[in-house]
Amino acid sequence: MRITLKVWRQSGPHATGRFETYQADQVSPDMSFLEMMDVVNEDLIGKGKEPIAFDHDCREGICGMCSMVINGMPHGPHRATTTCQLHMRSFKDGDRVTVEPFRARAFPVLRDLAVDRSSLDRVMQAGGFIGVATGNAPEANAAPIAKDAVDRAMDAAQCIGCGACVAACPNASAMLFTAAKVSHLGLLPQGQPERYRRVLGMVGQMDIEGFGGCTNFGECQEACPKEIGVWTIARLNGDFLKGSLTARGDKRGGGDAA
Amino acid sequence: MTGAAPVAVVAENWVARFYGSTIGRKIVMAVTGIVLVGFITIHMTGNLLVHRGAEAMNHYAAFLKGNAPLLWGTRIVVLLATILHIHSALTLTRRAATARPDRYVRLAPQVATWSSRLMRAGGVLLAVFLVFHILHFTTGTVLPSQFVEGEVYQNVVRSFSITWVAAFYLISMLALSMHLHHGVWSLFQTLGANHPHLEGGRKRLAWLLSIAIPIGFASVPLAIIAGMVR
Ligand code: FES
Repeated sequence: MRITLKVWRQSGPHATGRFETYQADQVSPDMSFLEMMDVVNEDLIGKGKEPIAFDHDCREGICGMCSMVINGMPHGPHRATTTCQLHMRSFKDGDRVTVEPFRARAFPVLRDLAVDRSSLDRVMQAGGFIGVATGNAPEANAAPIAKDAVDRAMDAAQCIGCGACVAACPNASAMLFTAAKVSHLGLLPQGQPERYRRVLGMVGQMDIEGFGGCTNFGECQEACPKEIGVWTIARLNGDFLKGSLTARGDKRGGGDAA
Repeated sequence: MTGAAPVAVVAENWVARFYGSTIGRKIVMAVTGIVLVGFITIHMTGNLLVHRGAEAMNHYAAFLKGNAPLLWGTRIVVLLATILHIHSALTLTRRAATARPDRYVRLAPQVATWSSRLMRAGGVLLAVFLVFHILHFTTGTVLPSQFVEGEVYQNVVRSFSITWVAAFYLISMLALSMHLHHGVWSLFQTLGANHPHLEGGRKRLAWLLSIAIPIGFASVPLAIIAGMVR
């Protein structure tokens, strides 16, 4: 296959970026998108040019590092698939493919396609945890949990924190990420003690990081490689409302929407 | 690790904290949205009296005028709801605009409906319409030659006989329809009402209101243009 790539190149966080066009001639349909990028980079290195910087780690769809927007879609055209699991057979011979970094104020570009997504880590630090007793692991079946709660918590826990929801959202909102984490912990008994503090803390941090607000476009759900649903967002909103009205003694959260 | 510390801003007052957050503002938009949908439903039902003739319409108008607590109570509640709705919308829009300073050359929306994408533009049109509407039918400031205090029915018929007035009204009702189509569904999400029981119901309610309310309003100028009301 022959693929024409139009790739965003930016030499550093404060440099002005531009698109460069590259020709990939020997593309196998069995290559992953990242393997195709590796081949392009080999070629660039052979010519003494700077290779394209992009993030990747596990290359098996579980770490969430491989952030890029391919033809206007985070992680490319294939549903429920990360960029590393996207294969070139999803494209046609002769296709022109545009590759851009995830774009958001809270995701500053470090270089080329690599962005800094530590804003999501800080949202986690603001409440995405539970208190546990140290020592031996408790008996697994000791805590009764409703089947429905387990199922939904597991669905939400699929989130790999890749940030595709932010990248796809016309408002650059991190609501799906935050909602997935809040739902995953808040649906289980272990997450109850911090339930409302968690919501207020994480939403507060989300706002401070400069993400946009949610207007229920639904693009995040479509872009999510783990198919996390916007039901988590409704749940987050409900918990935020309850927490705002009832949580005591916690002064975190909010104050930055304007 | 770079950037802001993990502990967020401290606001002593819970109202400030609530309204200061993006979700708090969306909840305010949802609640005020419910108030406004309730108001326009009643308003639209009242307007249908035009089809029963001048006496019914003017009688109803006189009843409202004569009941000052009802009239002013409604006006104040609706005005407050409108102000909060617009303030939240403006600030959230500004925030969204700054949340992505460098734009994509290409972002391909996959599922966002036209009604959701036109929320902001439609909202601006509705705000312009609202100002015009009040200056037109409530105070008689614009088109004063068509306006006689208390003659509601006659004012309506005279105004909608002017093509551009009727056209602007009908376009605004189209914008209202789209605004309701996304807004009514969206408010359930924002208020956390997403139980599977509601799954189909919230979309159906959004469709129903987005069709019934604007058609009810539009029936007045349409009947006048068709010569059925004169
Ligand atoms: S590289 Fe780990 S998810 Fe793609």
